Amino acid sequence: MKTRKRNFWFNGDKVFMGISYVALALVFVLTLYPMIFVLSASFSDPGAVSSGEMVLFPKEFTLEGYRYILKYNEIWLGYANTIFYTLVGTFINLAVTLPAAYALSRKELVGRNLILFLFMFTMYFSGGLIPSYLNANSFGLVNTRTFVLINGAVSVYNLIVARTFFSSTIPEQLHEAARIDGADMFKDFFKIVLPLSKPVIVVLALYYGVGHWNEYFTSMIYLAKRREAWPLQLFLKEILIQGQFAESALMAGGLSTEEIAYLFKQADTANMVKYGVIVVSVVPMLAIYPWLQKYFAQGVMLGAVKE
Amino acid sequence: MFSVKGTRISPAGKRGGKRSFRNLLKCWQLYVFLLPALLYIILFVYKPMYGILIAFKDFRIGDGIWGSEWVGMENFQRLFDSYWFPVILKNTLTLSLLSLVVGFPLPIIFALLLNELRWKKVRNAIQTVSYAPHFISTVVICSMIMLFLSPSSGIVNHFLNLLGIDSVYFMQDTGLFKWVYVLSGVWQGLGWSSIIYSAALSGVDRNLLEAAQIDGASRIQRIIHVNIPVLVPTMMVLLILQCGSLLGVGYEKVYLLQTDANITASEVISTYVYKMGLIEADFSFSTAVNLFNSVVNSVILIVVNFLSNRVTKNGLW
Repeated sequence: MKTRKRNFWFNGDKVFMGISYVALALVFVLTLYPMIFVLSASFSDPGAVSSGEMVLFPKEFTLEGYRYILKYNEIWLGYANTIFYTLVGTFINLAVTLPAAYALSRKELVGRNLILFLFMFTMYFSGGLIPSYLNANSFGLVNTRTFVLINGAVSVYNLIVARTFFSSTIPEQLHEAARIDGADMFKDFFKIVLPLSKPVIVVLALYYGVGHWNEYFTSMIYLAKRREAWPLQLFLKEILIQGQFAESALMAGGLSTEEIAYLFKQADTANMVKYGVIVVSVVPMLAIYPWLQKYFAQGVMLGAVKE
Repeated sequence: MFSVKGTRISPAGKRGGKRSFRNLLKCWQLYVFLLPALLYIILFVYKPMYGILIAFKDFRIGDGIWGSEWVGMENFQRLFDSYWFPVILKNTLTLSLLSLVVGFPLPIIFALLLNELRWKKVRNAIQTVSYAPHFISTVVICSMIMLFLSPSSGIVNHFLNLLGIDSVYFMQDTGLFKWVYVLSGVWQGLGWSSIIYSAALSGVDRNLLEAAQIDGASRIQRIIHVNIPVLVPTMMVLLILQCGSLLGVGYEKVYLLQTDANITASEVISTYVYKMGLIEADFSFSTAVNLFNSVVNSVILIVVNFLSNRVTKNGLW
């Protein structure tokens, strides 16, 4: 009996594979379905969506939602701001992070461990929300675009990723050869190191870029009085999160059935717009990342290397 | 990860001053490279740390950080005596522990199963799809949660109704909040968190697996005895890091999911810091709460790292 049970497990590869196929299929479907649902809902009649008739593909196809969105100026203002923050912000991130990572990868750097410690310490301890706010205020940076651009200029995690890449993939002999040819460290960095570092530059640009594109909390705090400078996410927050009026009206009570019915009808339209807004805002990121996917694993491994 | 273990204090510092000075001159260009990053962390990370002083003061903007009156531990006393203190402590711990228990093993299992899939195209397709939610912003994730869970028009409640279950007010329910938070977190993070394990698994010695197969080891045995041991160091590092942020539940997502009805289950330390600080403008108190949070986090991180070094010989430092 015992051996038979053991045999079942020892030769149970097929059972195991069967279970794992099911599990993987489940992950695949559960991940994909909400996204497809949002996409389809944005093209469907809002009534069909809220009544549950629309399950997978668009029902009573309409572009009504996107017509609302096209007319909604603030979404496009937010879009423009976000593109600005993402492009300029990411450029600043790279311009600050890559040279510092290069310096920290060189053995000639006097005081390397002390400087490294200075950076690493900030991963675990910081002043916190209010002291940072007061600090930004003392520089006159509250309610400025500048603050949103330079906030988080260097992420220590990304710094370590780049440093590990430089020290582990660019052979020392190359630096030496450059030096013998009379190149100083500036030349070494720009002519030798950077051209060989495409993978890590792509990974960092992606990490930083996604961060800028999706960020909302810093802007909410530091751009509170600069509505015209708001990134897309802040307008989305207004439209998507604070727009749940029908639900709260029902909970609060006190409204007539007709009034609530009307609110829900409006809410249907509002929901259609919401689905469309979600699509419009996530498309750029979801369109870019599959092309960069081959660099992800490398980036993650670089951050995990232990000296 | 993030370790400086093994590198000794630069010998230049120990030898005579002349030599280190010459070394310093030789590498001045490297300091130029470092300058922007150093300036940034000094001005925007280290300088604000001085502002932590206001946790022990009654801060008034007009008097400045140094000029404000000292009040000792008064702000902390107020925190410990307040109605919200046990509530936010419990909520923060609940959310982070549940995230850890549910969210930590799943990416590992996912990576292990995916690794067994020999059909490369299918594997890549599953992987690509699993990364997608990572690229969706917190604002959009939270609004998708609200749309899907809506009691009147949400797809989840339509499904429940189909099974004969009454609509559930997910966003108003204090008992369900933690599940909404944690499971949506799993949805968003599963694929992305598995990358590091998948990468580690691709480094497993093929010969070892073949040898195990010849010796008659089943797939499960090969996973348990060959693949999982390869993942242990990575697992430990990530586990320590997560333990170190047990009180570090971020405000970004929780803040958006809060409703008046679920607030007793959804107020966490970080959202409380934000509200007390920037909405109530109680700067000193908010800073005190934040400092309490940071100190407890640091202590946990140090203790867990010490234990891990002792027990598994893996650690951050």
